[in-house]
Amino acid sequence: MLYINCPHCGLRSQNEFAYGGDATVKRPELNREISDQEWDNFVYLRKSPRGKHLELWHHISGCRQWIKVERDTSTHEIFKTYKANEAIE
Amino acid sequence: MSQDFRLDNVGMVNREKKISFKFNGKKYFGFEGDTIASALIANGVHLVGRSFKYHRPRGFFGVGVDEPYAILQLDRNNERDPNIRATEQEIFEGLEVKSVNCWPSVNFDIGAINNFLKMFFPAGFYYKTFMWPPSFWYKIYEPFIRMAAGFGEASIKHDKERYEHKYEYCDLLITGSGPSGLASAYAAAKNGARVILAEDKPRFGGSLLTSDVNIGNQTGVEWTEKIIAELKSMPNVTVKNRSQVFGYYDHNMLVMSERISDHLPKTQKYLPKQRLWYIRANEVLISSGSIERPLVFGNNDTPGVMLSSAAKEYMKVYGVLVGKKPLIFTNNDSGYETAIEFKKNGVNPVILDTRSNPSSDIITEAKNLNIEIKLSYVVVAAKGYKKVKSADIAKISEDKKELFKIENIECDCICVSGFWTPSIHLASQSGNKSKFNEKIDAFVPDKSKQQENTIGSANGIFTLEETIKDAFDKGFDVSNKITEKNNKVSVPTVVEKKSTVHDKFWCVPLPKGKSYKRFLDFQNDVAVSDIELALREGFRSIEHVKRYTTLGMATDQGKTSNLNGLQLVSDIENKVVPQVGHTTFRPPYTPVSIGAIVGREVGKHSKPTRKSPMHSWHEKNNAVFVDAGVWLRPRYYKQGNEGLFEASKREAKNVRQNVGVCDVTTLGKIDVKGPDAAEFLNRVYTNAWLKLPVGKARYGVMLREDGIVMDDGTTTRISENHYHMTTTTAQAANVLSHLEYYLQLVWPELNVNVVSTTEQWAGAAIAGPNSRKLLMKLFPNLDVSNEGLPFMGYKEADLFGAPAKIYRISFSGELAYEINVESDNGYFMWEKIMEVGHEFQIQPYGTEALSTLRIEMGHVAGSELDGRTIPYDASLEGLVSKKKDFIGKRSLNRSAFTSTDREKLVGVVPIDKTTSIPEGSYIVKDPKAKLPNPKLGHVSASCWSVEYDNPFSLAIIKDGKNMIGQKLFAMSPLKNKTIPVEIVSSHYVDPEGKRVRS
Ligand SMILES: [Zn+2]
Repeated sequence: MLYINCPHCGLRSQNEFAYGGDATVKRPELNREISDQEWDNFVYLRKSPRGKHLELWHHISGCRQWIKVERDTSTHEIFKTYKANEAIE
Repeated sequence: MSQDFRLDNVGMVNREKKISFKFNGKKYFGFEGDTIASALIANGVHLVGRSFKYHRPRGFFGVGVDEPYAILQLDRNNERDPNIRATEQEIFEGLEVKSVNCWPSVNFDIGAINNFLKMFFPAGFYYKTFMWPPSFWYKIYEPFIRMAAGFGEASIKHDKERYEHKYEYCDLLITGSGPSGLASAYAAAKNGARVILAEDKPRFGGSLLTSDVNIGNQTGVEWTEKIIAELKSMPNVTVKNRSQVFGYYDHNMLVMSERISDHLPKTQKYLPKQRLWYIRANEVLISSGSIERPLVFGNNDTPGVMLSSAAKEYMKVYGVLVGKKPLIFTNNDSGYETAIEFKKNGVNPVILDTRSNPSSDIITEAKNLNIEIKLSYVVVAAKGYKKVKSADIAKISEDKKELFKIENIECDCICVSGFWTPSIHLASQSGNKSKFNEKIDAFVPDKSKQQENTIGSANGIFTLEETIKDAFDKGFDVSNKITEKNNKVSVPTVVEKKSTVHDKFWCVPLPKGKSYKRFLDFQNDVAVSDIELALREGFRSIEHVKRYTTLGMATDQGKTSNLNGLQLVSDIENKVVPQVGHTTFRPPYTPVSIGAIVGREVGKHSKPTRKSPMHSWHEKNNAVFVDAGVWLRPRYYKQGNEGLFEASKREAKNVRQNVGVCDVTTLGKIDVKGPDAAEFLNRVYTNAWLKLPVGKARYGVMLREDGIVMDDGTTTRISENHYHMTTTTAQAANVLSHLEYYLQLVWPELNVNVVSTTEQWAGAAIAGPNSRKLLMKLFPNLDVSNEGLPFMGYKEADLFGAPAKIYRISFSGELAYEINVESDNGYFMWEKIMEVGHEFQIQPYGTEALSTLRIEMGHVAGSELDGRTIPYDASLEGLVSKKKDFIGKRSLNRSAFTSTDREKLVGVVPIDKTTSIPEGSYIVKDPKAKLPNPKLGHVSASCWSVEYDNPFSLAIIKDGKNMIGQKLFAMSPLKNKTIPVEIVSSHYVDPEGKRVRS
């Protein structure tokens, strides 16, 4: 079970969190004309990298904040965690 | 039978307390502190089971977790445990155990015929034998495999024992209380660390219980007792026996099973049977020790052949002789220690040492005791079927290839020692890649992957002096990283007998003309010949050899067999062992009961049960409840002999004719607050929200980004910057997460906050033509006329002193209101509504009537918004704004979503007006068409229309808009029904929606 350092609450076990997928995906702005391809990429296409991955976790049984976690998908090592809108190094 | 093999005044069992137990129906006696194994051996019983494949007789091989043979089935208080190791289970008064894998009895077992058919059971026989012809599978192969598979029988009865889970945190977890575990725990605890010391066995001390050593001028046992007593007295230390750390998971999470009551006749009050510990440790010291390796020779699975260390432990801990004419077969000094112990207890052993000229303190001691030692000697084969009676032995050539003249020597047990294998399982599970240590012919942990270190013999350190020193250092070092107290205790002096190097020889060649089975894996019956065959057939990867032969795949996970298997493969392949590599170690290290894994989350406890504040009223009024997510909701209120159908019909009819009240507390409620709340709702919902005035409610639909409907509900503008959103019961949690996602990550610039208020409000829906009259009496000071409180209006008022919120919204399609009060006032509100509503023929209605009312109105719910429908499909396209953008809008342009013949919501009525259509039925044109019958869609919800008194269903069918008026068929292969139906509008009742506005 992972041990995730919530930037708001501190170290908490994985079972307090819900996984939220790739954190690098950016939603296209509202009211902007975009191609089918661009929209499909946003809705459906995700990379599944082996190694470092920036991902979203929702501290649902804690502070209810969405956070970003930089994790190695093969070793589960967590390098850094960020608040939702913190700049990513 | 008397305890013929029990020594007087030796061992640690409690002679004061005699305990009786039954094995295969026969009564035996042992002492408190005995295991089943030690007690049976004391009684001279060595035959306890039959082997897995060939049904060969099985005795005892070890004395602990590594035991491959003695697996028994235990009955305790009508509970059954089918997989217990006799070497670990302590006896208690009234214990009953029996053998597994044998029929009709362990002494006469029909399956033993497999032993004579062994040419049919070579490596990979599962894959070869059970292939053809296919028709044999069902009747012959499958029953055969089922009969042969597994040990014991699981009980089908409910396990009434209690199992608990516990979460714990510590600075340092130490797995094993042998010399290294004790030393490191002591050093770390004295340095202020929070320590958990876990010992699998009932007694602490590990090898100190059986070795002839001296630490700080005390015997190993005395030193153990002193350290444990001191550790137990320290507030920063938790010491646990009968506790196996069996799994090492990510981020230093380890799991331990504590057997609290397994050794007792009955679980004590307030205690669980077992407790599963989830331990998050800053640091871990793995001190799990090592397991003696078998030597391999002919018929080396005969009962009476066992590990020499086990024979020693049976003597020293339990005061039990495993035999009175022991033959010791060894390639190292450990066998001598066992022989010396036999000799001290008045038994004359014979030692066969594979080495030609070893010399050490231990060997000298054995010689001084006049123990007979035969050097360069091996056991060729054990003789005897159900118990060792003698052994064929021979001198072996210097190159270990050639056997000289075979002699027969009488013996009643053969104690083998093929040196030691470190238990690296936990280290390996942590991600540590092991390395091969040539000096000990075994793998040891390599670089730490997580915060773990391995100490003592688990790390390949086999002298006590080195072990103690290293463990004191490690205990200090890892604790000091955390506590920084620099409190170092001094290392005690250690006295031990010196030993010399072991012989790398471990597998005795077959004598000419003999084809003895030489077993490697004793639980899965894998012999040397099976590995040879697998390699001849082309298997090379050790992972493939393992799966093909099943080597190391039994419940003991190859604790005694893996390394010998690897050595054999490397010998045949002319490789060194590290080139062959070893198979992966996976949790659990030892079998864990399902009960412990599940813990208390069984039955009704598997998830929380939520109840509304009015729950006790429903109970008192004969409500029959239904699970709605985690909520319990009244399904109907039973009157007299009514069943579901009659009651729900009565309740729904009363809503249409008079007035009904329904507990809607379970609906999700979310407060949306902030200056940008309107803008936020406008982006979340498909329809327009910017112009909703204060005091008004609006129905809204929200989508996922992929265009699928996520949820629906009404949201009311309570004040300028405050909205009250409702969600369906099922989606409440998801909607909240969804809103938080957009506010926190996508549009952080919006000044809006959301919070769940589901539990804060109790809700009652009042529906029916009499509802306004009722409301007038409930709120005499409020103008509830159609003008004063119009459809989708909102008012705050006082309900006999309780502040209330009144929403004029309707799910039933009738004139209806929903009243919310603070949860604490919910029961009061409900009683008042029932009391005041009496004169208007009010009746409570449950979810079944609620469904009926919404279905015949054509209102969609979860069965239509099933995660596959877009607004058009559910006839919600009128709510999709063309002017503004919102979540998921762009997806609605996708070609599949704009196609004109999409499945769409319709109503379905059976032609005969009497046959109910099962939910899930397919709608088809031709019921006799060839299968698979092309379906037009499916029936999503069915009810008995109280308005028209006939069955009515909702369905989502292809090109639904143009199908109205068509005569089709509803088919339910599951219920074996084909029903002629007519497609009608989904708005079956009051299609103009007059009632809600009346
Ligand atoms: Zn948090």
